[in-house]
Amino acid sequence: MQFGVFSVSDITTDPTTGRTPSEAERIDAVVTIAKKAEEVGLDVFALGEHHNPPFFSSSPTTTLGYIAAQTQRLILSTATTLITTNDPVKIAEDYAMLQHLAKGRVDLMLGRGNTGPVYPWFGQDIRMGIPLAVENYALLHRLWREENVDWKGRFRTPLQSFTSTPRPLDGVPPFVWHGSIRSPEIAEQAAYYGDGFFHNNIFWPKEHTQRMVALYRERFAHYEHGTPEEAIVGLGGHVFMRRNSQDAVKEFRPYFDKAPVYGNGPSLEEFSRETPLTVGSPQQVIDRTLSFRDYVGDYQRQLFLIDHAGLPLKTVLEQLDMLGEEVVPVLRKEMSGGRPAPTHPRVEQS
Amino acid sequence: MTRIAVVSAGLSVPSSTRMLADRLAAAAVAALGPGATSEVVELRGHARDLADHLVTGFPGTSLRAAIDTVQNADGLIAVTPVFSASYSGLFKTFFDVLDREALAGRPVLMGATAGTARHSLVLEHAMRPLFSYLRALVTPTAVFAASDDWASEDLAERIRRAGEEFAGLVARSPRPAVAPDHGFVPFDQLLAGG
Repeated sequence: MQFGVFSVSDITTDPTTGRTPSEAERIDAVVTIAKKAEEVGLDVFALGEHHNPPFFSSSPTTTLGYIAAQTQRLILSTATTLITTNDPVKIAEDYAMLQHLAKGRVDLMLGRGNTGPVYPWFGQDIRMGIPLAVENYALLHRLWREENVDWKGRFRTPLQSFTSTPRPLDGVPPFVWHGSIRSPEIAEQAAYYGDGFFHNNIFWPKEHTQRMVALYRERFAHYEHGTPEEAIVGLGGHVFMRRNSQDAVKEFRPYFDKAPVYGNGPSLEEFSRETPLTVGSPQQVIDRTLSFRDYVGDYQRQLFLIDHAGLPLKTVLEQLDMLGEEVVPVLRKEMSGGRPAPTHPRVEQS
Repeated sequence: MTRIAVVSAGLSVPSSTRMLADRLAAAAVAALGPGATSEVVELRGHARDLADHLVTGFPGTSLRAAIDTVQNADGLIAVTPVFSASYSGLFKTFFDVLDREALAGRPVLMGATAGTARHSLVLEHAMRPLFSYLRALVTPTAVFAASDDWASEDLAERIRRAGEEFAGLVARSPRPAVAPDHGFVPFDQLLAGG
């Protein structure tokens, strides 16, 4: 079982101080967060990809490469890599390159993105989101497994005798997770290839997570990659902790109330009831996280969102301390025994 | 058993919008015959949930139940007061958060209320295009009730005629067995561009 954090790279004004970090500060902060994740004993750091403000992370492999050079054990991943608007050839090249530099400590999570204009900005049609995800990944999958690729599709210029370089490290392609909140086609895609399926499990009621994971498990078995229980599932989670539950609520509420995704809507209490958001003590986070298994079964990767909505770096680092010292050791013990998440042979399983 | 959902966007208590909704529901149930039932969704009770849904993208528990009532019904009666020359924002918000396919092929009977008859074309210029977009089957007769109409026997006749047209559409439009969002496309079809 892997534990880690994922960041969407938003640059958001701290509602308690009115201060907005600069891009430079926020980029440095994310690197600091990733290094801290390794230091406190987490396994994974995943970074989003966006092509519009208020997000900085347009070029995740650059950031992850920089982090790879300053870490030894941390697995570097994405949340998500846009399989719709990126050229699959460039994804194949960039992530194979990163995989070499990071000595195998790389996987990636594919998604379709959530900002409509990104499609036209990159010359694509948003109504083709699913067909793009399907075709582009079919090509990416081949580029990492076949030396010479002849290929023709609907969306990209054809290829004849194309070799994507560098070849995957030791011939083992980076492991791929497919992320989707509610598109059954993506669960089906993950199942078809025997890849991982990741549900962000934040901002929405757990029923979406449950339904999508159940579909993925069933189809994983249908395509004969193993039993439904052997399917490879990752989940997100959204937490804020203080030793004392009331302190957590009091400190997080102004961030919650103004947060970009759900702010100015339901109350913190309502949102905590309706979605997997957990604001409270480390023990409450442990209990809530353990309850995820009740609706998805044993799973392989748990990523927490801890750095959005304008939370200052100092606070985020304190969250990482609590995750590393109090939460994850208990979760590791309680959740051991399931199938481990696939990693490159050069990566030691923790 | 035939189940009719009735959505009323009336805000006051008592509400002439709700009164019209109840009359339309009674006419529809009478025309459908024994075994037909109606269930009313008062949008006022979901006003905050609807605003939250706009922000979060998902319905709270009680709004979920209201949406399910409408999605699982054999037909819908939808009644709004006229606000600023159109349906009310509350009324529109409910249909904004409804699944876009939820009313496809479903019979709909529309009603609207206002202080004067000058607003009556709201039914044709605002509501009918909304339900056409949602690909609903809308009855030719829609019922408008201005304050004065509550003293007119013509209103009762229009309600009766609308109820019969609606019942006819419901009888001819059985619900499909599977909800539209539960289907999915196997991967070989996806790969083939389907």
